[in-house]
Amino acid sequence: MKAVKILERVLTTLPIMFGVAIIVFFFIRLTPGDPVDIMLGRSAAVTQREIDQLRHQFHLDEPLHVQLGYFLADAARGNLGYSYIRNKPVVDLLAERLPATIELTIGALFISLIIALPIGILSAVRQNSLLDRLSMAGAFLGISMPGFWLGIVLILFFAVYLQMLPAQGRISYEVQLQEITGMYVIDSILTRNLPALISSLKHLALPSITLGAGVAAIIARVLRSSMLEVLRSDYIKLARAKGATEWDVVMKHALRNALIPTVTVVGLQVGVLLGGNMIVPTVFSWPGLGRLVVDAIFNRDFPLIQGAVMIYAITFVLTNLVVDIMYTYLNPKITL
Amino acid sequence: MTAHAPPRVTRGWDYTLRIRLRLWWRAIAELGYELWQRPFVLLGGLVVAGFILAAIFADQITIHNPTRGTLLLRFEPPAWEAGGEWKYPFGTDDQGRDLLTRIIYGTRVSLAVGLLSVGISVLVGTALGALAGYYRGWLDEILSRFAELLLAFPFLIFAIGVMAFLGPGFVNLVMALAFKGWVEFFRLVRGEVLAERTKEYVDGARVAGQGNLAIIVSEILPNVIQSVFVLGTLRLGYMIIMEASLSFLGLGIQPPTPAWGSMVASGRDYLLKAWWVSTFPGLAILWLVVAINIFGEGLRDILDPRLKIE
Repeated sequence: MKAVKILERVLTTLPIMFGVAIIVFFFIRLTPGDPVDIMLGRSAAVTQREIDQLRHQFHLDEPLHVQLGYFLADAARGNLGYSYIRNKPVVDLLAERLPATIELTIGALFISLIIALPIGILSAVRQNSLLDRLSMAGAFLGISMPGFWLGIVLILFFAVYLQMLPAQGRISYEVQLQEITGMYVIDSILTRNLPALISSLKHLALPSITLGAGVAAIIARVLRSSMLEVLRSDYIKLARAKGATEWDVVMKHALRNALIPTVTVVGLQVGVLLGGNMIVPTVFSWPGLGRLVVDAIFNRDFPLIQGAVMIYAITFVLTNLVVDIMYTYLNPKITL
Repeated sequence: MTAHAPPRVTRGWDYTLRIRLRLWWRAIAELGYELWQRPFVLLGGLVVAGFILAAIFADQITIHNPTRGTLLLRFEPPAWEAGGEWKYPFGTDDQGRDLLTRIIYGTRVSLAVGLLSVGISVLVGTALGALAGYYRGWLDEILSRFAELLLAFPFLIFAIGVMAFLGPGFVNLVMALAFKGWVEFFRLVRGEVLAERTKEYVDGARVAGQGNLAIIVSEILPNVIQSVFVLGTLRLGYMIIMEASLSFLGLGIQPPTPAWGSMVASGRDYLLKAWWVSTFPGLAILWLVVAINIFGEGLRDILDPRLKIE
């Protein structure tokens, strides 16, 4: 039964992805000017014949709905077009940058959880205490703060003033590292390379804190309010009446139920981290997907922008799908 | 109007209008009282009002030119640092322009983009949401599917994508933000209207002979407008951060027009030499957004506690 429901939920994402592809297809049609001129970039040394050839090659001489058909067929086969500026298929370009993005996402998630879990739990258990008030004020600042500015302040303090942590890049140039997965922290553990591990962790620290702080604020607020709700419920009173220790009441009985809404929020945030961050990577010159897209925008590399927006949206949809499925396992009461 | 109209109607609009005005007046007075009870929320509202006044009277309260500076005066430190002077309280930037002046003028961009994009989102989202929720059917089906599609894009990447294709600029920026921003208001209003349309007062209005549009506008929407107002306030801060982020990336408001996001970006190249150029515009964003959020969350607690569960 469950498998059928999950399959149904998976199938509902298909029309959404289809729609995403159509919207992305029309993105390039919003642009003033001829798509071939745009795809060729600023290079002027192209003859009219070559342009006609390209128009034919991209089916631009055919009606719009036929073009859409070709675009969807290509996208379904994993062909997202070709970047003329970088002379590479868009898919390859995106794949190259993916490990750096995943590494940063994991780093940010790790930071946000080690901040948010204790704060969320403690401020619910000690509601209205000084700790609660201070941490909720902190969380309030966290959700109101623009990420790029926090990044710059951290650079000013840790990199410029204290000179403790590097402000840019993924690893220092002096360190040699053999790439396996493309995620430097994991690669340096796999190759037992201590200097590389230290260097890559140091480089990961500031971007992760910058990204993680905002996420931590959101998670802490949600965890606190759902803990408060759970702690008021009857079965917590029962657990206390049975004589369970406070630790057991909070960590076993209350936390498990309070985690359900929290997991949804964490999942949504992973989607946002993977699929929507170009600000922090720009501040720290982190060579992830976000940086690639920002560069692509300034190079007017439209096939690459188009492909990246599509990949971002699909990642976002898939993360939400995974969250929904996880949800049913966490809370047997909920069916999809 | 026929001769058989019931007596309530013959007393006319004047009567209902008076009751309505009295109810509105009472609601505003109650809101004022609740705000007085919450000094923090009131303070947030006052700070926002202060920013709005600063934006309006920027010409009157500043003494320097926001876009033209003197290169001889570049990187003057803030007044309290060694070498600073009170003529330039927060120092000057890479082109010798007074930072405080530019921050005050930057308020205009942030508030204008924020208020316009939220305003358009509210209008479009409320209108479409009310129509979809009231009439249901194919209109609802199409609009809801489209809204779901837009939700599949993370906000920033969508705005960046639209800006990349439309090009930077004030109007494009507002359009890019509103193009996705209306969805949340659509979903809120649609849900509320769905719940309201089966209630007795709606049936009553229909029996009294009111047309569908009149029922939506004068009967249902007044009951929904509070939630819309609360959500609008909460989204304002978000839109301001989005504007700043896009301007930071160079996709929003273009220099030399002072915008907080692009000011932070321009200071990035001089972090070692002049920390203040990036720091103060960012503090302005933080201050304004914190004030808006405190005010918005306070309003939500007063007007519409249900919205709290997100």
